[in-house]
Parts: sequence; structure tokens; C-alpha cells
Amino acid sequence: MATVPKVEVGTDYKEKYGFFVPEEYVFKAKRGLNPEIVKEISWMKQEPEWMTNMRLRSLEIFRKKPMPKWGADLSVIDFENIFYYLKASDKQSKTWEDLPPDIKATYDRLGVPEAERKFLAGVSAQYESEVVYHSLQKELTAKGVIFTDTDSALRDHPDLFKEYFGTVIPPADNKFSALNTAVWSGGSFIYVPKGVRVDIPLQAYFRINAENMGQFERTLIICDEGSFVHYIEGCTAPIYTTDSLHSAVVEIIVKKNARCRYTTIQNWSTNVFNLVTKRAMAYADATMEWVDGNLGSQITMKYPSVYLMEPGAKGDVLSVAFAGKGQHQDAGGKMIHVAPNTTSTITSKSISKGGGRTSYRGHIKIYPGANNCKSFVKCDALLLDDESRSDTYPYNDVDAENVTLGHEATVSKVSDEQLFYLMSRGIPRAEAETMIVNGFIEPFTKELPLEYAVELNRLIQLEMEGSVG
Amino acid sequence: MADFEIRDLRASVEGRQILKGVSLSISKGEVHAVMGPNGSGKSTLSHTLMGHPGYTVDGGVVTFKGQNVLELEPDERARLGMFLAFQYPVVVPGISMTNFLRTALNAKRGYDGKDKSKQIAPKEFRSMLKDELDVLHMDDSFLPRYINDGFSGGEKKRAEILQMAMLRPEIAILDETDSGLDIDSIKFVAEAVNRMRGPDLGVLIITHYTRILEFIKPDFVHVLVDGKFVLSGGAEIADRLEKTGYSEWVTEEEPKEVA
Repeated sequence: MATVPKVEVGTDYKEKYGFFVPEEYVFKAKRGLNPEIVKEISWMKQEPEWMTNMRLRSLEIFRKKPMPKWGADLSVIDFENIFYYLKASDKQSKTWEDLPPDIKATYDRLGVPEAERKFLAGVSAQYESEVVYHSLQKELTAKGVIFTDTDSALRDHPDLFKEYFGTVIPPADNKFSALNTAVWSGGSFIYVPKGVRVDIPLQAYFRINAENMGQFERTLIICDEGSFVHYIEGCTAPIYTTDSLHSAVVEIIVKKNARCRYTTIQNWSTNVFNLVTKRAMAYADATMEWVDGNLGSQITMKYPSVYLMEPGAKGDVLSVAFAGKGQHQDAGGKMIHVAPNTTSTITSKSISKGGGRTSYRGHIKIYPGANNCKSFVKCDALLLDDESRSDTYPYNDVDAENVTLGHEATVSKVSDEQLFYLMSRGIPRAEAETMIVNGFIEPFTKELPLEYAVELNRLIQLEMEGSVG
Repeated sequence: MADFEIRDLRASVEGRQILKGVSLSISKGEVHAVMGPNGSGKSTLSHTLMGHPGYTVDGGVVTFKGQNVLELEPDERARLGMFLAFQYPVVVPGISMTNFLRTALNAKRGYDGKDKSKQIAPKEFRSMLKDELDVLHMDDSFLPRYINDGFSGGEKKRAEILQMAMLRPEIAILDETDSGLDIDSIKFVAEAVNRMRGPDLGVLIITHYTRILEFIKPDFVHVLVDGKFVLSGGAEIADRLEKTGYSEWVTEEEPKEVA
């Protein structure tokens, strides 16, 4: 005998459709930061109590920690003048006409499709790439892979979430990780089960919405034993936002024999302070690779790190930074060798132009007893004119024996000889300069999926022409 | 008037005058050799003709296709039909030879990133490339490598001639192309150049030694000493220099170059 399923309109939205409509509560976006706002964010998201408490604890930590003074100048950030949580609908108040002309021009020249540029510009909350995403989801689910946004993960996979959240980067790690833990929203959550290899790169792009592009994303990736995943976030087109602070946290756990690659291409509009904490724990014979490209923003401070926890673990950072007029890219990497027989490499490439400034800041730490470790750091800076600047700040602490530590740094200009050589073959000066710059970052570009590599080269071309704001 | 006219060219490097009035007429179909001892101004001549920023023109005119090329940027000179095979080809990391050749060829054809009809078709490019590689006894493995990066001396020089073959210049300057080459490489290079000889190409070979002239027979030979031509004539001058060197003009012969 057939039974009629019981339907309670309005109460099972959340289970059935994954969304909910809060009743009798109107969230009004407010500037500034206090426990009430943090509680409201948590309430809006219907979070469990432990998360609400963790947010509140983190807020305390954030308030107590002094502003870091060792890097770029952050004194101009006004924490009281920032919206810490905006619903997607609030974000759509901008219109296409409000956009700065240089951003529009860049979309044009990069050939970004209409729907996509509206999304990137924050004019639309959703970029429709759902078809790709849905067929992918089916495949992933069959393998037991979880790929979702971090808010949904907290709701749908509470135990897994609680086991790992905040374990790689505790709130007290630094002022901005505390801030992120207090007000985080959006980001990606990935779990790859034992022995599963995800063959195609997972791109945040497949399922981005306004929340994911938020200021305080929180990403958590767990690669179980023997698994593999490549995650890609960002895109080369500039992301326009009126929010001045972007402070994300990315935590990754790479278990025994697993491998994770995390690729970022970010191109924030030049009003943004981009202060991101990224860290991975790599266990026995595991490999963690950060591929990190930083364009845009006013100030970026980002040092992806790997804690090499067990013998055989391997960490790799490959980064590129481009600083134009008025920009400071302070980027690098950290490798913390906790266990013996671990290896790491950091390759940093930076380009400064029009008075822009790039800094490499790196830390290699080798703990007592972590013998037979190898680490190699290479940083190359390219200056395109005399006003631009590049600095290197390498810090090494070695407390173990039989360690191989290499550091190589070069600063160069686009050489007259190279330019003359290319021009003598009929290639115009501007094109020759762009070729040299693209050649300089080629070790980075060749690690990217083709479409990203092509876009990055085009973007460099635009930057070289000075047509990107 | 010849196709390519150098008149009273004077040039200096870092304030020191090197070329003290050089005049030379090259017509297409001709091969000229400029020979001279070290320090006579041979490299200055090649670099000045192509427009290297480190060389200052103090006077004179170089006319090609009705233009004074001394007023043009190096890339404009190249697109007009000039080519310089470098004595020391420059390493440019991160750019493959294929990409370089294609970009240069497209630039020569007037492609500026917009009018795609001016771009060379991939198939045409590949077949052209294959032909020229064969002549120079080079293989495909050389194409994905970065420009001159890790090339042996012989590979670099052959790569220069490959570029020349692809770009089909009307005036080609070969600057000490034979230096540092083993005898096989010289033969391959000479074979490739001889294949290009004809009514559409004028060649200026700049060399210290007569060796390459055994394989590429010049129509005219000019002897450059202290920034001026001291003797001009036919191929017989090369034979004379083979025997006596530059002792007629300089008191001490420079030490022999290690090949």
C-alpha cells in the first residue's frame, strides 16, 4: 500500500533543498566588530554552539593580539569601518555602471564572458557554471569525495568538520587567523577518502557564489592516506570588491602517502588588503604543493607553509608575485621540518613595475632531532624600472644535524641584450618585454592548467601595457 | 645606387670612437666579407647596423629601401628586411625556440595581435621549420628548449642560421658566425647560407679568419683596420690574408683564437 509522504511546507526546506529562510529575524549589515555581531553571524548560519563559542574566543584573541609590524604597513586598516558579514543579497546593491573603467576595460580585453564578469565585479551573486558542477558532483560522490562550501560542511558533516577545523591553524596563531575564525564565511571543504585519486582539478570556480568570494573565507582540505587532489581557487580576471580587507584561512591535512596540490591565482582590485594564512600538515611520505600566484591588491601578505610532521614528508611552494604602482606584495613561504628525512623547496618569482614593491619573506625551521633534512630556497626578482623595489628576508633556524640547506637569490632587470636580441628579429619592444617577463615566470606558468596559463600570460601582457589599474 | 648603402658611418662605444668613416655598397645577390684584426671595429659595425643601444652613431647614413635605417628601432630594421646573426647569441629563459620563431615570423608578416589573417598557419610553420632543420642537420628536440639556453657553441650558431632561414631577410649580416665552430658545423652553416644565396639576398660576412670563406665564396672582400677600410677587392684578398695575416697594417698579430 502506498503511503503519501508527509510534507511540511516551510520546515523541511533545509534538509530537502539545503537552504533555509530565517523567520522573524532581519539581519541588518552593520559595520564594526563586537561579540554581538559575531553571535549574529553564527545565529544566521544556525551553527552548533561549539562554533559560536569558538568564534567568540577567537574574537577575544584577535582583540588582544597586536598588529604585526614586521611586514607591510597595515596601520591604515580601520577594523571598525568594515562589514564582517553580508548576505549575498546585500552585496548586489552595486551596479555595472558603478564599476571603475579600468576594471571594465580589463574584462573586455581578457574576453571574460558577460555573466562571469558581472559575478566577478560583485554585481551578480551567482556565476552559472552549474552544469559542470553537477556532473562533477555525481562522480565525486560515487568515490566518497566531499566537495562543498565550508558552511554546508559544518551542517552536513559535523563530526569530520569538528575533528579537523582549527587544528592546523588555531585561532591564536596570528591576529588575522583569529579574525578569520571569529567571522569566517564561505570557502571550500574537501575530503578525499583513503586511496582515492581525484583526476581532474577541483575548482572553486565550479561552484562559486558571493559567499565564496567573501572577505573571510575558510577552507579545509583533508587528504586521507594515499589519496590525491588538486584544488584550484581564483581566476586571473580581476575581482572587484569595495571591501578593503580580505583575510582567508586555508588548512590542509595530508595524511600518509597522500598528495595535495593547492593552486591559487588571485587578482584583487588594488584597494584590497589581502592577508591570508595558509598552512598544511604533511605526514609520512606525503607531499604538499602550494602553487600561488598573486597579482592585484594594495598589500598582500601571504606565506603558504608546510609542517613536515613525519619522515619522508615533502613540501613545495612555488609562487609568483606582480607588484605595480602603489602595490606591495609581501609573499614567500615557510617550511617547518618537525621530523627527520623531510625535504622542502621554495621557489619565489617576483616582478615589480612602476614603483611597485615585492618582498620575499621565508622561514625554514628545522627542529632538534629532525636530522637529514633537505631544504632549498630560490628567489628571483625582476625589476622593470628604476623606481621599483625588491627585498629578500630569509630566516633560517636549524637545530638538527646533517642538514642540507640551500638559498639562492637573484635580482635582475630586463636586460638590454635580451631585448635587443628579440627586437633584432622584428619583435616590437613592448612585445619583447612581455615575452621576457612571461619567460621569467614560465617555471610557474608551466605548473598551471593550460587555460590558466594562457590567461595569466595575457594578463601579464595587459599589466605590461600599463592598462590594468 | 646599391640596395644597401653605408656612407661614411662613424660610431662610438662609451665615448670612444671606433668606426671612423665606413662606406660600403651591397646589392642583393652579392656576398661581401669584412675582415679585420681584433679591435678593428668589426663588432661595432654589425651592432651599429642593427641598432644596438650601446653603440652611438656619430655620423653617416645607412640607406635601405629608401630609408635611413640608423633612425629606426632594431625591430623596424628587422621588419624592413635586415638580419643579424649574432656572434654571441643571447640566452632568454622561459621562451621556447618554437614560440620565439613563430612570434618573430608573425611580427615580420605584420601580425600585431589583431588581424589573424596575417598569422602564419600552424601547418605551414611546421613544414617550413622541418625543411630548414633538415638542411642544418638539427632535430626537433631543439625546438621546445629555451632560446639559446644550454646550447653548445655549434647549436647556437646553427640556431642563428635557422632563424635567418625562417625570416628570409634581404640583407643578412653574419657576425663571426664561424668562431667557435667545428668543421662539420661550419659546413652545415655554409650549406644553409649558400642555399639562400640568390638574387633576393645580400650578405655581409664579418670574420677574423678566412676559414668560412672557403665554404661561402665572397664576391667582395674588405679589410677593416682601426675603424676604416684599408683595402677592398675580390675574393683574392682573402687568399692574400690567409698567407700574410694583417701584418701589413698592424705590427703585432693577435693571438690565434681557440676554435
